[in-house]
Amino acid sequence: MNFKFTNLFYLLTLVLFIASCSSDDSPKTPEVTIEKSDVIENYATIVFASYQEALADAEDLEVAINAFTTTPTDANFTAAKDAWLVSRESYGQTEAFRFANGPIDIDDDAPEGLINSWPLDENYIDYVEGNEDSGLINDATTFPTITKVTLVEGNQPGTEEASVSIGYHAIEFLLWGQDTTDPSEILAGQRPYTDFVDGGTASNQDRRREYLDVCADLLTDHLQLMIDEWEIGGAYRTTILAEDENTVLVNIITAIATLSKSELAGERMFVAYDNQDQEDEHSCFSDNTHRDIRLNLAGIANVYRGSYGTISGDSLEDLIIEIDAALGAEVSAQLAVAEAAVDATATPFDFAITDTAERVKVLAAVNALQDLGDKFVEGGAALGLSITAE
Amino acid sequence: MNKQNYVLVFILVTLLLNCQNDDDYVPLTAELNEQFSGGETTTFNVSSDAFSLQAANLEGDNALFFFTGNSLFNQNWVTAPASTTARDGLGPFFNARACSTCHFNDGRGRAPEIDGEINHGLLLRLSVAGTTADGGNNPDPIYGGQLQDQSVLDAVTEAGFSVTYTDVAVNYADGTSVTLRDPTYTINNLSYGDIDANVEVSPRVAQQIIGLGLLEAVPEATLLSYVDENDNDNDGISGKPNYVWDVESQSKKLGRFGWKANQPSIKQQVAGAFSGDLGITSSLFPDENCPTGVDCDDFINGGTPEITDENLNKVALYSSTLAVPVRRNYDDQNVLEGKALFNSINCTGCHIAKMESGSHEIPALENQTFRPYTDLLLHDMGNDLADNRPDFDATGNEWRTPPLWGIGLIETVNGHTNLLHDGRARNIEEAILWHGGEAETSKVAFMNLSSEKREQVIDFLNTL
Repeated sequence: MNFKFTNLFYLLTLVLFIASCSSDDSPKTPEVTIEKSDVIENYATIVFASYQEALADAEDLEVAINAFTTTPTDANFTAAKDAWLVSRESYGQTEAFRFANGPIDIDDDAPEGLINSWPLDENYIDYVEGNEDSGLINDATTFPTITKVTLVEGNQPGTEEASVSIGYHAIEFLLWGQDTTDPSEILAGQRPYTDFVDGGTASNQDRRREYLDVCADLLTDHLQLMIDEWEIGGAYRTTILAEDENTVLVNIITAIATLSKSELAGERMFVAYDNQDQEDEHSCFSDNTHRDIRLNLAGIANVYRGSYGTISGDSLEDLIIEIDAALGAEVSAQLAVAEAAVDATATPFDFAITDTAERVKVLAAVNALQDLGDKFVEGGAALGLSITAE
Repeated sequence: MNKQNYVLVFILVTLLLNCQNDDDYVPLTAELNEQFSGGETTTFNVSSDAFSLQAANLEGDNALFFFTGNSLFNQNWVTAPASTTARDGLGPFFNARACSTCHFNDGRGRAPEIDGEINHGLLLRLSVAGTTADGGNNPDPIYGGQLQDQSVLDAVTEAGFSVTYTDVAVNYADGTSVTLRDPTYTINNLSYGDIDANVEVSPRVAQQIIGLGLLEAVPEATLLSYVDENDNDNDGISGKPNYVWDVESQSKKLGRFGWKANQPSIKQQVAGAFSGDLGITSSLFPDENCPTGVDCDDFINGGTPEITDENLNKVALYSSTLAVPVRRNYDDQNVLEGKALFNSINCTGCHIAKMESGSHEIPALENQTFRPYTDLLLHDMGNDLADNRPDFDATGNEWRTPPLWGIGLIETVNGHTNLLHDGRARNIEEAILWHGGEAETSKVAFMNLSSEKREQVIDFLNTL
């Protein structure tokens, strides 16, 4: 082997090694000024503020419910129902943090099932039309005492997904009762407040008061778990701020895409539209489903635009626009289209899905939300992230 | 070598060290796209919802009707008459009020843990010797083809059952041992007289229902190419198709679904479950099941049939298009070592990794490359696993190779790790150790591995 050839051999080998070492490191995207870490930090700030408000509203609800069960008057009953409606305004927006492999619903032990389980079999909780003895409230044999422990244990026992004992919708059923009215009457459930008055309507009024109090108490307990996770220094907030940024962004975008395309457009709107059944409405007792839908979308918008109340910071919208301005504009436009389509649907929702003229608008909103989910996936792809809107 | 050469060698060595870090062997690499177990249907969600999401590539009306199917699958059916007309007609005799009772979160059921427990996801099929005109099992003269352990309020429940276990010790080559549990079933509280003295009982646990449409879309020729009924290749593994009764075409078709591949299509599987498990009639199975001595006409039904074809098709669509979750840690060296062992001890003789789908009425399922780890064929699994109850062409010793996708997420979704047709195996290791018959050689090979290598095989399976 002559000298020159050996040298050439070494050089070639050297070049090959350099090439093989660096092949994956070449920059594929232009340099950006919006930092992913800032987007994630702003997201965490929004999540915490949203749960804080949800907890504050749930605490107000608990106060109103305790006032009613202590002094069960029609006025106090109305005040409790109003407080429930207010509490949904903040909680509804937090649903944009579900489906993110986060602490609200990462597994079956996560608190979502304790807070917002739906759909629920109302006859698991209390009497229904045609069965005045049904439900835990009227079953002092199986459930001699109504406590936090017994109601948590009674929530979705085994594989009974719809056997929901606690959470917002359990409280809703206790406050409104079954909605047996025709949708065209535009009326919610008509439970009389005397269901909670000793010697009033239905039986087991004392157990019903107890049950309602425990549900309200548990709701604040379970929302507090989210505060613990998301406050500064909280376990989950600390985790995601230290985690691989792309992994966190995949989770955040998957969540809003899934809520938009599947949970909201599919489960909560299309199923009710297709079955034309009040039972398939999210808040079927209070006829508040139209707010649930708008609030879920507001939550999606909060996450995408990086703003909530007075909070405003680097957002997914900023990040995607910077990478691909045209696509970013499309996503923003589709979000606006979805908001307009949802706002155009009639209230209450049971009327919107049964009235022939109104049904068209519901389907248009469903389609707009599905397209929005797909756009979020495209936006994620522009960031180099693999996402499915489930 | 001159000075220049020494410099080059030095640089080269430095680069080598940089590149290879601590690895002093050639690292294994994953196959391209092997993490996408369900091809383009694959979902990236690996939470407790991992089995509950629609195929990622589902489009148009299918993507919407999926949700209606979901509601019919998940929500409880109620006794007729009821204010909900879409979901009434339960029973009169049933095992569950909803599909999701047994397939909780679209996942896997388990055996009852305490006497009298219901809604766990295990049921008992019953038969007596001989076959019906279409080749199916002869039902028990009184209790029919399946024991229903619940009933509507106005009916007296057929019976219940209990399960007890006997310990079975298994010893590894390295001296360590594992204790398996061997179940015995006792039917009790019979309300309508004695069950046949020679009744054959086959316990069946509900399986996760992910990826079923992909399996339906595999061309029959592909599955038949795996058939080796007479073991001509002498690997100890035969592979036999089950030909079963297809109600819609009134003819024999290749069976693909169920523990013994006794259902030819997802639609028939769904209609069969509505009939046998929930007591909901359909156009495929229009008759209610009542034990001898009970007139089904004494009970108000939920319509004729109780589930409309439109809704049955939506549940079938739903059951066909549940996404398969993406694999986790699929390219860890440890996992890739486990995968190589899984191949080398010929687990893949039956648990075939990769398949391709052909045409299907649901476009999202067409022409996908996916990884179910099954051949959908029947295999003799030995006497220890036998239910001794034939099912069309399946003998009492034969079972269909179950797909393994999703196996590592059952704990996340269902809170247990129980496997096999009756949930007797409490984890993957126990399930492997129950393998016998055609799988005996592979099992023995597994048992002869070091504990570290056995762990690698299990780690690999947990990424599926």
